[in-house]
Amino acid sequence: MKIYDTKKVNFKVFRYNKDTDRMPYYQNFSFDVAQDEVILDILNKIKWERDGSFSYRRSCRHGICGSCAIKVNNKPVLSCKERVFDLIEIFGYELVLEPQDMKSAIKDMVVDKERFWQKYSSVKPFLVANIEAHPKSKNIISQEEADRLEEADYCIQCGNCFFACPSVDVNGDYIGPAALLKAFRFNVDVRDNAKRDRLDIVNQESSGVWDCVKCYECAEACPKDLSPIDKITKLHNQIFEENMAKDNVATRHAVGFKDSIAKHGFLDEGELVRYSEGNIGVLKHVPEAIHMFKNGKLIMPWQMPKSQKLDEVDKLIKSCSTVKFK
Amino acid sequence: MENLKYAFFVGCTPKQSTPELMQSTLAIAQEFGIELVELVEATCCGASHMQDYDDFLSLVLNARNICYAEKRGLTIVTVCNTCQLNLATAKYRLDHDEKLKKRVNDKLNEVGLEYKGTSQIKHFLYALIDDYGIDAIASRVKKPLKDLYIAPFYGCHNIRPKEVHGASNGNEDPYKPTSLDRLIVALGGNSVEYGHKNKCCGFHVELQAPKTANKISGGAMLDAIENRADTMVTPCPLCHLRLDVQQKNISKEMGEDVSIPILHMPQMVGLALGIDPDKLGIKHNITKFTFA
Repeated sequence: MKIYDTKKVNFKVFRYNKDTDRMPYYQNFSFDVAQDEVILDILNKIKWERDGSFSYRRSCRHGICGSCAIKVNNKPVLSCKERVFDLIEIFGYELVLEPQDMKSAIKDMVVDKERFWQKYSSVKPFLVANIEAHPKSKNIISQEEADRLEEADYCIQCGNCFFACPSVDVNGDYIGPAALLKAFRFNVDVRDNAKRDRLDIVNQESSGVWDCVKCYECAEACPKDLSPIDKITKLHNQIFEENMAKDNVATRHAVGFKDSIAKHGFLDEGELVRYSEGNIGVLKHVPEAIHMFKNGKLIMPWQMPKSQKLDEVDKLIKSCSTVKFK
Repeated sequence: MENLKYAFFVGCTPKQSTPELMQSTLAIAQEFGIELVELVEATCCGASHMQDYDDFLSLVLNARNICYAEKRGLTIVTVCNTCQLNLATAKYRLDHDEKLKKRVNDKLNEVGLEYKGTSQIKHFLYALIDDYGIDAIASRVKKPLKDLYIAPFYGCHNIRPKEVHGASNGNEDPYKPTSLDRLIVALGGNSVEYGHKNKCCGFHVELQAPKTANKISGGAMLDAIENRADTMVTPCPLCHLRLDVQQKNISKEMGEDVSIPILHMPQMVGLALGIDPDKLGIKHNITKFTFA
């Protein structure tokens, strides 16, 4: 008699040895999986029972070291936390195990995380404070002050958000969600003195917050539910609050919405592009504007739609605005 | 079946750069007997950018938008993924944080409004599939899309973050969404399986990082083309603006031709219902699509 319910699952596993293989390949392993088994159990079984050369990272086995992060059917997971039965519900009985990022694969599930750590260390991911080496009293922060971290200190540096980020994937300069979350974590720490230094780093064009594509992949990928994108939004807010926003296409793009809403209720698309790019920059959009015009996708300024009760909107904008630009 | 009735949050692009989305939405709603009451007081949702500048203001304005649906006692229908996410996020935050709700309502009271949390917010795709019903849609098909291989492109803001969307998108799994695939099959078409169906189009950095945006969309389009798609379909006008309007720029960035017609979800439905393509605004699509 079987004690546990089991399900037969085929695991299609990414295999690659950077030193000996020209190309990666996939190998199939089939197991009867019990309901409490997690992906890490499967990785262990492959290595211990089927092929001792199989490589993957593991350490704590309870979701705190961040070593065992991989992708299953393209879903970033922590192997030690992800139940196979839950994955079967989403994907069925064939599960594809791959490293976080195939381009960085060294051997099987093991990736080179150097890029991740480089970005991570670029944001001063530590407390910058003059704390005495031998303090006479305790240096305690209140619960309210701790709450401001919004659990960003729970990040385990697994790299799931970083390797799930499409902007990181195509732009080698972009700092990425994990490092930006870390910048937020120290920027809201009352003991820290380097907020403006960090904002200066994350405010750079091409590498900083302005290159977030707002896809929410990082929010889904995080095994600690820390929603890095929400912290990125807060870094945007800090940049405006600290009056550090540069006058460029990215900042004007965010600010332009307010002006348009005040005037029309709707966003004036043409005006937003002109305002964001400036009178000269906007010229590079002329070819697509002609294209759009020919296909009836551009309206004239006098055709601009207007929301009703704009007086209400105007009143709310005056009453609720929390920041100024320029 | 009792006729469905929604508060229609039109958003900005259907009245400007994607008139074909407006036309096709109204055409299929009429065909299905779905009543769309335009929220004429509504403003732009902030398109996921305004909150970067002024989060509180953006939240108050979206709360105001929802108030007008509550006044009418209706569920909101959106036709843009980003409108959907911005409104749904405002609702999620207000419904989960009494203090924040009070702060927002103090402001709304200044103009005689109150956010209560009584209206749901749904993208038109899910109103069709979950409320009207996939079988009911299938039963109305007059011209099955049987020779068409259609690559569904879901767009980020309809499927992520899962927590915010909850039941309003039928608890779609962000790593294995099925709604558009099911819709394509219900219309008699063939849904193309490809890795980028739930990926980003790059729209939100189009101005400040065009190279990034073009590479991201290019990757998705090449994937669809390599998997032999005749056309892609999307429920989001921002994805559409990227994939259709920017096709030349994307091809240039990728160094290969990514030409492929891009349909709006309601255009695809309308074609299968046998609606005249002119009434679906098909002439506005930049990469031309013909359906005999």
